[in-house]
Amino acid sequence: MKPARIVITGIGLTAPNGNSLAEFRQNLLHGIAGIERMEIRYMGTQLAGVCHYDPLKYQKKKELRVGTRAGSISIYCAREALADSGVNFETLPKDRVGIYIGCTEHGNVETENEIYNISKFNYDTKFWSHYHNPRTVANNPAGETSLNLGITGPAYTIGAACAAGNMGLIHAAQMLRLGEVDFALCGGISESIHTFGIFAGFKSQNALAQHADPHKASRPFDKARNGIVISEGGCLYTLERLEEAQARGAKIYAEIAGYHVNSDASDYVLPNPTRQAECIRAAITRAGLKPSDIHIVNTHATATPLGDIQECEAIRAVFGEGCPDTYINNTKGYIGHCMGAAGALELAGNLPSFNDLTVHPSINVDDLDPACALPGLVLNQPRTVAKVDTILNNSFGMLGINSALIVKRFAA
Amino acid sequence: MTKDECKQVVLDIIADIAPDEDLSNVKPEVRLRDQLQLDSMDFLDIVMELRKRHSIEVPEADYQHLASLDSCAEYLTPKFIALAAKG
Repeated sequence: MKPARIVITGIGLTAPNGNSLAEFRQNLLHGIAGIERMEIRYMGTQLAGVCHYDPLKYQKKKELRVGTRAGSISIYCAREALADSGVNFETLPKDRVGIYIGCTEHGNVETENEIYNISKFNYDTKFWSHYHNPRTVANNPAGETSLNLGITGPAYTIGAACAAGNMGLIHAAQMLRLGEVDFALCGGISESIHTFGIFAGFKSQNALAQHADPHKASRPFDKARNGIVISEGGCLYTLERLEEAQARGAKIYAEIAGYHVNSDASDYVLPNPTRQAECIRAAITRAGLKPSDIHIVNTHATATPLGDIQECEAIRAVFGEGCPDTYINNTKGYIGHCMGAAGALELAGNLPSFNDLTVHPSINVDDLDPACALPGLVLNQPRTVAKVDTILNNSFGMLGINSALIVKRFAA
Repeated sequence: MTKDECKQVVLDIIADIAPDEDLSNVKPEVRLRDQLQLDSMDFLDIVMELRKRHSIEVPEADYQHLASLDSCAEYLTPKFIALAAKG
């Protein structure tokens, strides 16, 4: 039996440069980045991608006080996606809705805050918050979303480092195909800018971006790139089986065409281009396509000196010189690295290409690194192309997890 | 500290832990849970804030005394006075 066709019917997002798909896309086409200076505990001023959505749009003040930033981002994105999907949420059986949210990590923010809190009380643990456990359990972002929406189906997070955004979508597609749920909210989120640990960790790795102009700090593929800009963000989709989506007359953004997930099994932090290439090839094969059928490749490149080159090596191995209709871009120059949200957000930023036939560029590439000079790379200016029927989205993460997700233009 | 001042201390804490609530007409003799959206975790917040802000300890066996503003005042005012006497 052929697996059910799965389609994207709604999108809700918050990025450092936009709080809706329309705003986000417009900024991607106009080269508008959203990086700013932020005070980080113990570390002083750092560059970060900060989201400026209105948390009170869907939550009460008390929910914000008790809950987490990750939960709040999730709730905002979920509510926006539901509204965008046009589904009648009142009549949707809540026990048949699944929530699958990718996270790079969760709980560091709250743990750091509590340690800081008890430091003011001579480290006496009787001042440790009774909210610590519900705030730090790994399912917190999905759980808060289920509470906010009254969804009683499965709600959990998927830990997959910076591949997590793609993984949320992939997992939801699998659950829909298995018949575990009839409607899914899925994607990825990150609140990581609220923990000093991630900044300190990347700084100790010599992988934290520095630049006098915050908007120029994240510069994948540029010769002068010097590391990651850490960002928060979120992007959740509504996914449905095609049959049900058509039955309710849903608008369809795209169809899930193929995906693959594998592991490097080679290093804690260093990427492995051989495994990345295997992952991309397997996703293309599952989609029933050839490399030359892929029209946009949205790269994961985070602007680390080595990581960008290794991903380019993987892409070169798969696409070579024989794919004249394949264009390659990157979104992190605008929004930094949104960690668990990265894959989901970066896919969303490219979906409008199905309609406007325009590939958003990689920005901040003033001096292209020859090692990253891939054929079809779209730099600094958007490019109008003849055809966009397929988009491949790469997302890779620490401990060597790789994900490649392909979506295609929906055709009945 | 007077009992009225003690009630205000408790109300100030509730204003922070339940920021969506209208506290302008809280009846002192009525159980707080019967007139405000407060759950058991919120009462733990009240206990925590008394500890943090005022160095007042409320043992678990005494949580019942935090039921209403009046019972809070009866129970907490002597503790505030004793604390003040200690200097």
